[in-house]
Amino acid sequence: MSAPVISPMSLPAPGPAPDGPARPVLEVEQVSIRLGGRQILDRVGFTLRAGEFTGLIGSNGAGKTTLLRIVLGLRGADGGSVRVGGKPLTRRARGVGYVPQKIQIEHDAPLRARDLVALGLDGERLGPRLPSRDRRDAVARMLEAVDATRFADARVGTLSGGEQQRVLIAHALIARPRLLVMDEPLANLDLRAGQEIVELTSRVAREQGVAVLLSAHDINPLLPVMDKVVYLAEGRAVHGRTDQVVRSEVLSELYRHPISVLRVDGRILVVAGATVRAEAFDAGERDVRADTAARPAGLPEVHAG
Amino acid sequence: MRAMSSPRSGFGSGFRFLFEPGFFSSGPVHAALLTGTVVALVSGAVGVFTVLRGQSFAGHSLADLGTLGGSGAFLFGVGPLWGFIAAGVAVGGAMDLASTRRRASRGVATGIVLGAVQGVSALLLYLDTTSGSTTGVTVTVLFGSLFAVSGYTATATLAFALLGLASLAVCYRPLLLDSVSTDLAAARGVRVRLLGLAFMVVMGITVALSSLIVGTILSPALLIGPAATALRLTQSPLAAMGTAAALGALATGLGVLLAYDSYHWKPVGNGWPVSLFVIALLFTAYLLSGLRRPRAGTGPAPATATTEAA
Ligand SMILES: Nc1ncnc2c1ncn2[C@@H]1O[C@H](COP(=O)(O)OP(=O)(O)OP(=O)(O)O)[C@@H](O)[C@H]1O
Ligand SMILES: [Mg+2]
Repeated sequence: MSAPVISPMSLPAPGPAPDGPARPVLEVEQVSIRLGGRQILDRVGFTLRAGEFTGLIGSNGAGKTTLLRIVLGLRGADGGSVRVGGKPLTRRARGVGYVPQKIQIEHDAPLRARDLVALGLDGERLGPRLPSRDRRDAVARMLEAVDATRFADARVGTLSGGEQQRVLIAHALIARPRLLVMDEPLANLDLRAGQEIVELTSRVAREQGVAVLLSAHDINPLLPVMDKVVYLAEGRAVHGRTDQVVRSEVLSELYRHPISVLRVDGRILVVAGATVRAEAFDAGERDVRADTAARPAGLPEVHAG
Repeated sequence: MRAMSSPRSGFGSGFRFLFEPGFFSSGPVHAALLTGTVVALVSGAVGVFTVLRGQSFAGHSLADLGTLGGSGAFLFGVGPLWGFIAAGVAVGGAMDLASTRRRASRGVATGIVLGAVQGVSALLLYLDTTSGSTTGVTVTVLFGSLFAVSGYTATATLAFALLGLASLAVCYRPLLLDSVSTDLAAARGVRVRLLGLAFMVVMGITVALSSLIVGTILSPALLIGPAATALRLTQSPLAAMGTAAALGALATGLGVLLAYDSYHWKPVGNGWPVSLFVIALLFTAYLLSGLRRPRAGTGPAPATATTEAA
């Protein structure tokens, strides 16, 4: 508490998204929460604009899920405010699409992919609903948009993790929300499926002008599509364009610990310690030979040129 | 309790082996057919959601605890329906309130309420059987009393059944959403606690009604049996509910017919209980539905492969 909080204001203000109005879609201000005697979030704040793809990055236990649940109105906070489209969260008409990390659905549950997508239109409403051609067409178009047509009539419980993600994305986007929140969508996917989901989300979100807030513990799969990053550590957050935030000195201050940011073959490696020539990436040098000692285990040898 | 035999049924003698004389003209049979099939309709539909929401255990427990209401009702001199309903609503509500939102803890909450109340119902059954004037109560409570349902009770049963169906129709979409993911439903603004409570109450009423028809021992089978079969045969929620409701109603209708006929079987005049036939039919349907299970998969090739590899 005594240490200064890194304010997003210390970074250059993000410009408006190329294809969206400047009005913020999501405003998170000074959100704090204490859980189990630990300050999980300490005056966290950031803003999302229409059409922006924002990665919420943090290691296990950093508070990503907690923050997203607060944004979704699924849990309260000790302090701070969350506004969607300029209005405080209310129970009705939130205009937020949500893709949970996992769903609890059995193999034999009689719910087809298209049924789940149709629930995205008005699943919260009471009373019976008459089937209509418009609804069926809207569902079919949405399924097509996420490339899920070929398993549209399969039970959701029988689909693979990546296929379920597509259906859930369609479910979340069919009601045309302003904001799409995804909690760790890549956690259970292999590299290729993860890449597909990221590209798909980015493409559909851009087409619909939806702001995306997606949590992950690894920043790399998101690099090709991410406009902004909210980096969460020690209960605090830094927010800004990816190249502004993912720098050795910014992350070192956030973690209050020396951090090196390396760029290798278009990938960013964030490693603890200042043993490597950390300034290499920041200074724009392209030929980094990471010391074997600083290389995280399991990474391939780096070959320059 | 045996219905009047009319000398000649409206059907040719070829049907006599199926429809014993008087089946179509007996008042109690009409009442039994109507209430039985309507209750089975509701049970089937509610059963699909019970299975979808992973609350079959709660369904069983509601029936066990319905014994409390049924046996208690006799001590107070009111019909078993009211005892079943009171127990179902109270116990269903209590189980929901005792559980937290997490699915895993529902089983624990159910178990806690179950244990607390079961002892009391054993006591009440004991008091019933020892208080002379109410002999046969145990049989009525445990095995149902469809042929005794008439007049006022039949009307009340139908009213409760319609109430159950209407509640299900009103809550259909949020219930479906909540069964996929409680967080997903809550994030869309569904009041998930209230919805869960409402569903438990509907389930309590449904189990109460089926306890009246087939008794507390077999009422979970009427709730879960048709649903389990329907899940094997159908892909979409509406189709599953329709199939389960139709299966339940069909089994009950046939069960009533067979039970009526059984009065004419040897030893004559000693009919078999309806519940026996209903459950036997439902179980047969379940076994038969298993035969076509391998062909039912419509998942895409990769998904099916993953499923089978797992
Ligand atoms: N209800 C709670 N009571 C006590 N502690 C909690 C509660 N919920 C979360 N926490 C703690 O808050 C911290 C942040 O949890 P959270 O789930 O938000 O992390 P996360 O960033 O999503 O991590 P992961 O990458 O593992 O999903 C964890 O240390 C967790 O133990
Ligand atoms: Mg998490």
